[in-house]
Amino acid sequence: MRLLGSLLLCLCIPAALAAEANAPKLDVGKGGECVKDTQWMRKNHMHMLKHQRNETVRKGVRVEAEAFKACVECHASTSDNSVTAREDSFCVGCHRYAAVKIDCFECHASKRKEALAKKETK
Amino acid sequence: MSDIDTQRRQFLKTSAGAAAIAIAPGMMLYQTVRADTAAASSKVRWGMLIDTAQCKEGCNDCVTACNKENGLSGKTGATDSQWIRKIEIKDISNGHTVSLPMMCQHCEHPPCVDVCPTQASFKRADGIVLVDRHLCIGCRYCMMACPYKARSFVHETLTDQNPDVPRGKGTVESCSLCVHRIDKGQIPACAEACQNKAILFGDLNDANSEIYKKVRSAATVQIRADLQLNPGVRYQGL
Ligand code: SF4
Repeated sequence: MRLLGSLLLCLCIPAALAAEANAPKLDVGKGGECVKDTQWMRKNHMHMLKHQRNETVRKGVRVEAEAFKACVECHASTSDNSVTAREDSFCVGCHRYAAVKIDCFECHASKRKEALAKKETK
Repeated sequence: MSDIDTQRRQFLKTSAGAAAIAIAPGMMLYQTVRADTAAASSKVRWGMLIDTAQCKEGCNDCVTACNKENGLSGKTGATDSQWIRKIEIKDISNGHTVSLPMMCQHCEHPPCVDVCPTQASFKRADGIVLVDRHLCIGCRYCMMACPYKARSFVHETLTDQNPDVPRGKGTVESCSLCVHRIDKGQIPACAEACQNKAILFGDLNDANSEIYKKVRSAATVQIRADLQLNPGVRYQGL
């Protein structure tokens, strides 16, 4: 029994370490304090976004801090203002790693508003 | 905004979200305090009154402002989105012409909402008719149902949308009365841009509003009133 236990442990530890080592290095942008802690957001951001989208679009309830725009505002790269432009961009980096396709940015802006405004005046 | 109000918002902002409770892994029960904008109220009925006597032939300011605000290309081909158009109508018996802007009329009984199979087309509590693009499957039933030809379908992939106005390929869209501006307390871009003050925006239910008084004192009409859709957009001088 003990042998089995230690065998399992031996198998699990490298796997856990490997997962940590392979985890994507993300460009978190401005970062800073999020509306929730990192682990919570990793697991639940999609529920929060979906909940908030229904509230906003259908009822007109706009919560500034939980708005999609606010995510982009903080997490867009400070070098290219985007959450999707590069392999390690905040949204793309993780979603590629997790192999989950997102279609948010077919409609939503993936860049900071200021970046778009600058482009317009150019 | 008053001082107290700001503080309250600040407080609510910091405490907002703290009340979300996990009831099962991956499932959340939100009890978040809504600090930023309250839900649209059914006591309000947003509408517009367009005075065709003030609207100048050849002027396109409202259309340009709309395109800029909502990130439309401004092209008018068969597959380009148009949320507002200028039209000129002529009485052929005497040559008298009037010029007016046409857009989604924000009906009280919108046919687009009736026909939508996914409930993507909906009317917000304050009378604004919108498309929830998260649900729209692009079937374009609503476009066929609309008697005002107000809706457009997005045919091509879009990039660099205005962060306030998400829009994309495969969904239908139309005038949103600049809902993102209204929620901030601003008026629609077209109404703001019209130098001739031909577009009056306001709450048709608010007895103190200019639009409320004007629809009660001047002769105004709804286009295709025979359909009994009770549009929120009214016209003067037709
Ligand atoms: S195109 Fe979209 S909004 Fe229009 S009827 Fe179909 S699903 Fe509804």
